[in-house]
Amino acid sequence: MEQQAPTRAPARTPLVALLGNPNCGKTALFNRLTGSRQKVANYAGVTIERKEGSFTSPAGRAFRVLDLPGAYSLTAQTPDEGITRDVVAGLRAGEQAPDAVLCVVNATNLRLNLRLVLELKRLGLPMVLALNMVDVARKRGIEIDTLKLSQELGMPVVETVAIQSGGEQALLAELDRMVFAEAVKARPLAAIDEVSVEDTQREVRRILAAAVSTTKDTGNLTEKIDNVVLHPVAGPIILAALMFLIFQAVFSWAGTPMDLIEAGVGGLGEMVGNLLGEGVLHSLIVDGIIAGVGSVLVFLPQILILFFFILLLEDVGYLPRAAFLLDRIMGSVGLSGRAFLPLLSSFACAIPGVMAARTIQNPRDRLVTIMIAPLMTCSARLPVYALLIAAFIPDQTVAGFLNLKGVVLFVLYMAGIVSAMAVAWVMKRRSEYKQQALMLELPAYHWPQPGALASGLWERAKIFLMRVGTLILTMMILLWLLSSFPGAPEGATHPPIYYSVAGMIGRALEVILAPIGFNWQIAIALVPGMAAREVAVGALGTVYALSGGDEVGDLLAPMIAQSWSLATGLALLAWYVYAPHCLPTLATVARETGSRKYAWIMAGYMFGLAYAAAFIVYRVTLAFTGA
Amino acid sequence: MTLALSTLDSLKAGQSATVVHLAPNAQHGGVDVQRRLMELGFVPGERIRVLKRVLGGPLAVKVGESTFALRRFEAAMVSIKAD
Repeated sequence: MEQQAPTRAPARTPLVALLGNPNCGKTALFNRLTGSRQKVANYAGVTIERKEGSFTSPAGRAFRVLDLPGAYSLTAQTPDEGITRDVVAGLRAGEQAPDAVLCVVNATNLRLNLRLVLELKRLGLPMVLALNMVDVARKRGIEIDTLKLSQELGMPVVETVAIQSGGEQALLAELDRMVFAEAVKARPLAAIDEVSVEDTQREVRRILAAAVSTTKDTGNLTEKIDNVVLHPVAGPIILAALMFLIFQAVFSWAGTPMDLIEAGVGGLGEMVGNLLGEGVLHSLIVDGIIAGVGSVLVFLPQILILFFFILLLEDVGYLPRAAFLLDRIMGSVGLSGRAFLPLLSSFACAIPGVMAARTIQNPRDRLVTIMIAPLMTCSARLPVYALLIAAFIPDQTVAGFLNLKGVVLFVLYMAGIVSAMAVAWVMKRRSEYKQQALMLELPAYHWPQPGALASGLWERAKIFLMRVGTLILTMMILLWLLSSFPGAPEGATHPPIYYSVAGMIGRALEVILAPIGFNWQIAIALVPGMAAREVAVGALGTVYALSGGDEVGDLLAPMIAQSWSLATGLALLAWYVYAPHCLPTLATVARETGSRKYAWIMAGYMFGLAYAAAFIVYRVTLAFTGA
Repeated sequence: MTLALSTLDSLKAGQSATVVHLAPNAQHGGVDVQRRLMELGFVPGERIRVLKRVLGGPLAVKVGESTFALRRFEAAMVSIKAD
């Protein structure tokens, strides 16, 4: 009798593992199922993202769902695939074995995707197949007989359209039909190798012949686009033009929102200042917090514009094409083509970049990628660059249509990339070199999804604002304390900050930094700037607010433009291309390489390059400006 | 009609072929790379086509409905019979 109704064990919610090839729309389906009920963390002991969510089916049953990293095969070749294999087979310590596997396949590419399905089936777990992107498949004239497919595979098959609201309904209905009476145990992994890869592929072909027919040949739009985008001559030109356009946009689109934020911060400072009257509290809140935090906050629009483009290119499927076009250059300095993605993430932040290097199999290759990742211009450098460019680069047009500021920004990004290539080349020469595999899928293009784009941007904005609200705020208060005490002695000739603890540190560092043109105010800002690069901007805001320039809401850029020479401004720009002003990155490198040695080497070589570059830029500019 | 065997890396952009055999290359990842190539669809009997190649760089190869970028040494592991 007790077997009649599905056992709804009160304490146990079924765990469904979501699994599929890369580019099958698995994560979109995960988002569709769980909405905002997601928990993102790392798998214990490794830095691979673990995404779990929950949802309630129409029949009112609760489910937990785990979004496993995309894999081509359970014979894992990357740490990500290893996680997928171990979790689904119930072999990973600390992870509950799944009650069912929801295998997601791209309906337009069953020939590749079904192979993994057949592999998984050998583990003997309850399975459901989600035939995702059926809408696209139909448009391309691919007719799939789901009933027949279900019979051939011996598992329920449902159609899903993950990017469409309601596209998960059939799947939910199917999950409601499933019975999770007791925990199931996967067969040993050796079961996967019982059938050879060739035989598996033969079986895929047989199933395709039985269940899939292509009714019309619509021509392949992706191929037509690739004819241009991957063209030996046009391809690289398009890539360069795109990159250039992005950096131009960062400067020309952000003006108005930045003015608004600046005006808002200035107005707030004035209002609060009037409320508080003169005194220590006035100084802390207006000079310390509002001036410091405000000068970082103003760069939010530029960061969002940069990420808008990166996310857009990722969403439409252009990024792997860029990796394809750049592979020859990467290979020539001894990097794997796979290094492209970690290096690209490093444009956001070196920390995820360093972590993403885990997808590179070869240890030496991975190490080189990690070591050069912080040379990619991360978004934390953007506020520093933007401030210095605004202060020292005139707003003029070059070559008829290019904004000089955008050109300088492009040059700074290129300097980081070229230097990274040079460092990789030196590291390659120092060790025996073997060429690494690429095997990178170039997925079909598709239209960007505004929803995904918006949530990606929101995510970036949140991260930035969190940093402004926590790390940067803390550093600003600390800096204000150090910069305000002890006060100036009787008969002081300099502003009070000169005599404070921070002033003393700044003046001590000035001895080392004077040859590259940095004054004590910059030296003060560089110290808290070790916590994160953009802190230096806030710190300069605080330092200059405390060094005179008493007017509330005084803009930082014109102020430094007045008090520094052009040579100093450019030298600081060059310094920031290289200097490892980011302790979290160094900590991540130590953790990821399992030794502090590489963090020290990284700090050493980057400070060395920074000093050399700033020295050269300072001296050359001085020679030209005739000072 | 020639039945001469060659390897995938020798194909020009736009050329089609049939996969005949995959040979592991001990210097470059050995059986791991060979197995992964097969898992991506490069199995004997499968039709392939080179879409684009970068001079001195990788090839974009269509196999089934997917396109993969392969470095030349990877492509050299795939023996083919050109059309």
